[in-house]
Amino acid sequence: MRDVAIIGVGETQIGELWNKSLREIGIEAGLKALKDAGLEGDEVEKLYVGNMSAGKLIDQEHIAPLIADYAGISGVPSTRIESGSASGGMALAEGYKAVASGMEDIVVVGGAEKMTDVGEQEAKEILSSTNDQEWETVFGATFESLYAMIARYHMEKYGTTKDQLAQVAVKNHANAAKNPNAQYPRETTKDFVKNAPMVADPLGMFDCAPISDGGAAVVLCPAEQAESFEGDPVEIVSIGQGGDYMAVHERKDICTMKSTKHAAKKAYQRSKLDPEDIDFAEVHDNYTITEIMAIEDLGFFEKGQGGPATEKGKTELNSEISINTSGGLKAKGRPVGAVGLNQAVEAVIQLRGEAGERQVDDPEYGLLHNIGGTGASAIVHILRRWS
Amino acid sequence: MPIPRFWREIEQRYKGIGSRCKNCGEIYFPPRKVCPECRRESFQNMEEYELEGTGEVVTYTEIHEPHQEFEMLSPYILAIVEMDEGVRLTGHLVNVDYDEVESGMRVEASMRKLGEESPKGLIYYGYKFWPIDD
Amino acid sequence: MKTKEEVGIKGYAGYVPRYRITPKEIGDVWGKDGESMGKGLRIESKSVPSPDEDVVTISTQSAKWAMQRADVDSQDIEAIYVGSESHPYAVKPTATIVAASLAASPDLTAADYEFACKAGTAAFQTCMGMVASGMIDNGIAIGADTSQGAPGDALEYSAAAGGAAYIIGSDDLLAKFRHTCSYTTDTPDFWRREGEKYPQHGGRFTGKPAYFKHVTNCTNKLLDETGREPEDYDYAVFHQPNGKFPMKAAKRMGFSKEQIEPGLLVPKIGNTYSGAVPLGLAATLDHAEPGDEILVTSYGSGAGSDSFDIEVTENIVKIDDENVPRIEEIIADNEFISYSVYAKYREKISEGGA
Repeated sequence: MRDVAIIGVGETQIGELWNKSLREIGIEAGLKALKDAGLEGDEVEKLYVGNMSAGKLIDQEHIAPLIADYAGISGVPSTRIESGSASGGMALAEGYKAVASGMEDIVVVGGAEKMTDVGEQEAKEILSSTNDQEWETVFGATFESLYAMIARYHMEKYGTTKDQLAQVAVKNHANAAKNPNAQYPRETTKDFVKNAPMVADPLGMFDCAPISDGGAAVVLCPAEQAESFEGDPVEIVSIGQGGDYMAVHERKDICTMKSTKHAAKKAYQRSKLDPEDIDFAEVHDNYTITEIMAIEDLGFFEKGQGGPATEKGKTELNSEISINTSGGLKAKGRPVGAVGLNQAVEAVIQLRGEAGERQVDDPEYGLLHNIGGTGASAIVHILRRWS
Repeated sequence: MPIPRFWREIEQRYKGIGSRCKNCGEIYFPPRKVCPECRRESFQNMEEYELEGTGEVVTYTEIHEPHQEFEMLSPYILAIVEMDEGVRLTGHLVNVDYDEVESGMRVEASMRKLGEESPKGLIYYGYKFWPIDD
Repeated sequence: MKTKEEVGIKGYAGYVPRYRITPKEIGDVWGKDGESMGKGLRIESKSVPSPDEDVVTISTQSAKWAMQRADVDSQDIEAIYVGSESHPYAVKPTATIVAASLAASPDLTAADYEFACKAGTAAFQTCMGMVASGMIDNGIAIGADTSQGAPGDALEYSAAAGGAAYIIGSDDLLAKFRHTCSYTTDTPDFWRREGEKYPQHGGRFTGKPAYFKHVTNCTNKLLDETGREPEDYDYAVFHQPNGKFPMKAAKRMGFSKEQIEPGLLVPKIGNTYSGAVPLGLAATLDHAEPGDEILVTSYGSGAGSDSFDIEVTENIVKIDDENVPRIEEIIADNEFISYSVYAKYREKISEGGA
C-alpha cells in the first residue's frame, strides 16, 4: 500500500443555492480543488462522486459521468458512491484505496447534493429514506424521531440534559460564525435553541441540521509525488469503516454507535494513534445528540460524558479537543452526500494552517467522522499535517 | 408503498409473524432468512414464530413534524418496544397521553391503520401499541 | 324462526374509540343550543375514532378479544361476517382483513354486510344459520361502524364509532339463542347513495313509520312466537340511535327502564350504528348471571329489525376479565376533544397540499 496525500481542496458555499444546479455545484467544487492542486484536469485518472439521493431529489441518476462531462473531463472514468449521509466519506475512502493500491495516481473525489429543488417537507422525507422503510418509516418514524428516541435513551441512561444538547448547537454556531462557507455563519444562544419549536421530543428545530445544497472535493495522489504539485499536501494516515443493524430498534445499546466505535478502532489501529493524539475532529452532528454520541464513541470522552464535556466547553475551539471547527452539519450545513468531503476540506484547511479566525493551534492530527442514516454505516479518516 | 411490497408483509404487520433460528433458538422480528448469530448453519433452517404481542417501552418520542401522510395524527407518540420474546420494534403508542408514557411501560399490540397509498388507494394496516396493566 | 340445533354465543367483546365530543361543543360551532339538543336526544357525549381507526381496526380488536374469551383457536373459525355501513372500502371486504389479522385465513368463508344499523345482527343470524345447519362449527359475527354525520346536520350530534364481535357456535356457550325473527319492509327513512360521503335522512320520518314500527312489530312478533311477555326477561336491548327512541319504544311495549339500562350505551358514546345493538348486548352480558334471559331487537333503516331471545348459561361466570376489558371499562377510558380536533380526525377539514 502506498501512502496517500490530499493535494487540493475545493468547496462551494453551503446553503440554499437557488441559482445552482447539482452539476454546477459538483463542477464548482471539483474545479476549485483542481485549481488548488495546480492541475489542468487531463491528469485525472478517476473521479468518485459522493451523493446520497440525486434520484429522489432531482430525479437524476448516473450523476458521476454527468459531473465529469460538464467539468470538461468526459472521458475520465467516474463512479458515484452511496452510503446515505456517509456517501461523501465513503467516496473519499474509495479514492484513498484506489491511490493506495497503486491502481491510480491522480484521483478526484467530490461530493455534491442539491436538496432545495424539492420542498422542505419532501427533502426531510427523503432524508428519512435511509431509515428502514419497511419497519421504521411505514410505522411512522421520521429521521428526526429515531434520533429523538436515541436522545431520550441517552438522557435516561446517562443523565444527559437538554442544556447539554443545546450547547452542541451553540458551539457549532460559534464556529460557523468564523466560516465564510457556512450556511448559518452566526452565533446562537442556549435559550434560543432550547425554546425552538419541537420537532420530535426532546429534539427541537435547532437541535437539527438544516437542509442544504453544496459540494466539496479533494484531489488525491500518492504521498511520494505530493510535493511535485502546487497545493500544500496533507496526508491521509488511515481510514476505518464500521457497520451496524439498519433499524435503530435492533441495536442492543441504542445510544452507542457500534459502527462509529468500530470505524474509529480500525483507524486508530492502522495509524497507531490514540484518541489523545487527535487535535481536532469534524464529527457527524446531524442532530445535537449525534455529536455527543460521536465524541464518546470516537474515544474522546468516556461513554456518558459527552454531554458534561460539551457543557464544560471541552469541545470548543482550542480547548481539550476542537470539535466541528467548521460549524459542523448543524451550522455549516448538511448537503447530505457531500458532508464527508466538507469535513475533509475543513481538516485540510486546518492542517495547512489556513483556517483564519477558527484556526486550531498548531494541529498535527485531524479526524473525520461521517455516518450513514442512523448509524448503520460509519467511516473515519485520520489526516496528518505534512512533514 | 406499492401493493405487492405491502402485501408481502401482511403476515408480519397484522399478526407479528417473525422467525426463530432452529439452530440457536433466537427469535427475530421482522423474520430473517439468516440468523446473524449462526449464519450458515441457520440458512434454510429458520421457522415461523408468532409474537404474543406484549412488551415494554424502551424509548419514545412525540413527533410534531411528521411525514405528510401522518399529518392528521400529529402530534403522535412513537416508541421502540421490546417484546416479551426479546425482539424490539418501532411503532406508535395510541390511546395514551404523552405525559403518561414512560420507559418500561407495559404495552400490547393492536391493529390500526398505518397509512394509505392515497385517499383513493390501498389502506395499510398493522400494529400499534397501547398501554396495559400487568 | 326457531333454531333447531343448540346455537349461541361462545365469546364476545367490544371496542369503542377513546375520543369523545359533547353535543354542546358541536352546537357551539353551528350556533345551536347543543346542550339542550343533547338533553333532548339523551346524548351526553359521542365517541370519535382516531384517524387511524376504522371498521377494520374496531372489528379486529373486538374479534381478537372475543376469541380470547371463547378460547377458540383461530384455525377453527370457519366464517366471518362483518356488518357495517362504513366499511373502509366500497369494494374489498373488511372481513378478509379481519380474517387475516386473526390468523383465521384461508380456510373459511367471509363477507361484509350492509343493512344500515342492523348489519351486525344480520351477521348474527347468518352465523346462527350456518352453525345450526351444521355447515360450520364456529363463526364470527361483527357489527361495527365509524358513522358519519354531515357537518351541521342533526346526525352530527349522535353519529359515533364502535363495534362488537361474537363467536357463534354450538358448544361451551355463554348464552343460547333460543329464538330469532325479523321484520323487513321498504321504508326509505335514511340512506347514503354510492359515492356520497354523508348519509341523508327523512328527519322525523325516521321515527314513527321507521324505527318505532319495525322495533315494535319485530319485538311483538318474537313475543308472540315464543309465547312470552316483556316481564319474563331480565334485560332487553333495543337499537339506540339516541337515548330517547329506545326508552320510548321500551315503555310502549311494556319493558322497564331497569331492563334496558345496562345495554343503553348511547348516552355516553352516541349511536354506533351497526355496533349499537352488539355493544349493548355485550354490556348487558357483562352484567348477566346464569339463567338470565335477554330480549334483543335491532333496527336498520331501509328498513328492518331482527329480534333475539337469549338465555345466559352457567358458563358466563367463567369469563375471565383479566385480559379482556368489560364494555364499561372501555367506555370509561376516554378523552374529550374540541370540535376542531374532531373535524380534523373525521376529515371534515383536509390537510393542505393533500
